[in-house]
Amino acid sequence: MLCQQQRFNGVTNSTDFIIAPASDRTLLIKFGDDHSPKIQKAVFQLSHYLLNNPLEGILNIHPGYTSIMVAVDVEKKSIQAVQKSLQQVIKNARAMELPGPVLVDIPVLYGGQHGPDINKVAEHSDLSKKEVIAMHSSGDFQVSFIGFTPGFPYISGMDETLVTPRFKNPRKNVPAGSIGIGGNQTGIYPLLSPGGWNLIGQTPLQIFDIKHPEKALIKMGDRIKFNPISKAEFEQQLHS
Amino acid sequence: MSLHVLKAGTQTSIQDLGRPGFAHLGISTSGAADAYSFQIGNKLVGNDPNDAALEITLSGGKYEFDVDAIIAITGSEFDATIDDEPVSNWAAFKVKKDQCVQINSSSNGARCYLCVQGGINVPALLGSRSTHLITGLGGFAGRALQKGDVLDFGQKNETKITRINNVEKIQKHLNRDKIRVTKGLEGDWFDDDAWHDFLNKQYTVSQSFSRMGIRLEVGAIIQSSKGNEIVTQGIPLGAVQVPGNGKPIISFVEHQTTGGYPRIVNVINADLCKVGQLKPGDTFQFELVTLEAAEQLFAEQLNFIHNL
Repeated sequence: MLCQQQRFNGVTNSTDFIIAPASDRTLLIKFGDDHSPKIQKAVFQLSHYLLNNPLEGILNIHPGYTSIMVAVDVEKKSIQAVQKSLQQVIKNARAMELPGPVLVDIPVLYGGQHGPDINKVAEHSDLSKKEVIAMHSSGDFQVSFIGFTPGFPYISGMDETLVTPRFKNPRKNVPAGSIGIGGNQTGIYPLLSPGGWNLIGQTPLQIFDIKHPEKALIKMGDRIKFNPISKAEFEQQLHS
Repeated sequence: MSLHVLKAGTQTSIQDLGRPGFAHLGISTSGAADAYSFQIGNKLVGNDPNDAALEITLSGGKYEFDVDAIIAITGSEFDATIDDEPVSNWAAFKVKKDQCVQINSSSNGARCYLCVQGGINVPALLGSRSTHLITGLGGFAGRALQKGDVLDFGQKNETKITRINNVEKIQKHLNRDKIRVTKGLEGDWFDDDAWHDFLNKQYTVSQSFSRMGIRLEVGAIIQSSKGNEIVTQGIPLGAVQVPGNGKPIISFVEHQTTGGYPRIVNVINADLCKVGQLKPGDTFQFELVTLEAAEQLFAEQLNFIHNL
């Protein structure tokens, strides 16, 4: 029963990537299991390549930490044909120069009603609230990809001291701009949405507008610097 | 040329075939939940396949037209009338100026489509008129319709088909006793016992059912032998994810673009229309097919629509 897919010859195995059908309309390109700098670079390169040189028959690309899933327009191209084209594309992408990372400054009002879980994170990491803020705002972060909900950046590089488990029961309404810690990840909720991460602060910036997603403040590959701000600065920047 | 919403129903939204191209920004495709019935409806009234129509969920509402129009209702049976005269599904009808189309409650699946000749004329956002309800993108003001909304529609001239003779074949395509799936990326994370249970027990659709995802109950509680989390990666439309509680979730048209639960199977293209018709309390069984069979079944379905 479990071997039914073998006849399909579904999987392309190479030394540094595999391409496997994820369904009858999607392919997964996977560079490995560990989120190493080398694999991160391969994901960035192929994502940029596919976004700048759209491949006929691909409807959507979904980058992840170590993989990219592509949705195929099976009315135009078979997944086998796209799978074949992708092998060459992956080789081309490997030679691609990535644009230098953009550094994005994110002002954050930490704690209080804007970051109701900061004490939980402090307790869990055995730090004071001040130390949590200092550590979070001195980190060297990079956006691995945008996923989950519209404009949500998956941000890597958080100091392991701050690792705090998610809530078992997610909040129903997390305000837009909230900065959260979920396991070893930190992220920014771009829009009002449900969410299970520990909220430690909030940015007054609108990082994403659903009607103009191309104008997003934060993009895949960007470097992120969180800057602590005061309540007064928060209010001032909120509507500017 | 407009349609006036006198009563909107449980959840009525404007949909087309969806908004591809933005998954890398976290935006899933959206679009008609049962694209099969949607396309047949458009064909009946002489529209292009991607023209926008009303997607009606569980109960329908009341719509008045301020000009003569041609409409078709497809998908599940909602016991519809035009000025109290019953109208059947899968056929085009004339609605006269000031007449009311009333769509009652579903007597079988979750959704029907009200297609109007000329298509519903809301502005396209990011290349599509479909509503992404969870984020408030597109459609009419980014939301489900409400009493008092007025929707413009376009103009077209003739229809090629006005009625479908082969309704049995359509019912067969939409029959949701069995939902066919291919093995998922983490299929090997589940042992033979889990697979046996998964494929042999009846699942029930829970109250938690939306365009984003459908949570299942009863059936088998299955556990992966390799844990409940994968390194966050893309989720395909129709992926059946198994979270820690062992109760599967089918990801649907407004799904999260990435996720972290293992995926045991994926609903095949040809059966996504059935998922669009699942409603709370429905019971069904999963049936495993090969990718080749899945491709064949979808090709046949497209061919069937094409040849109507």
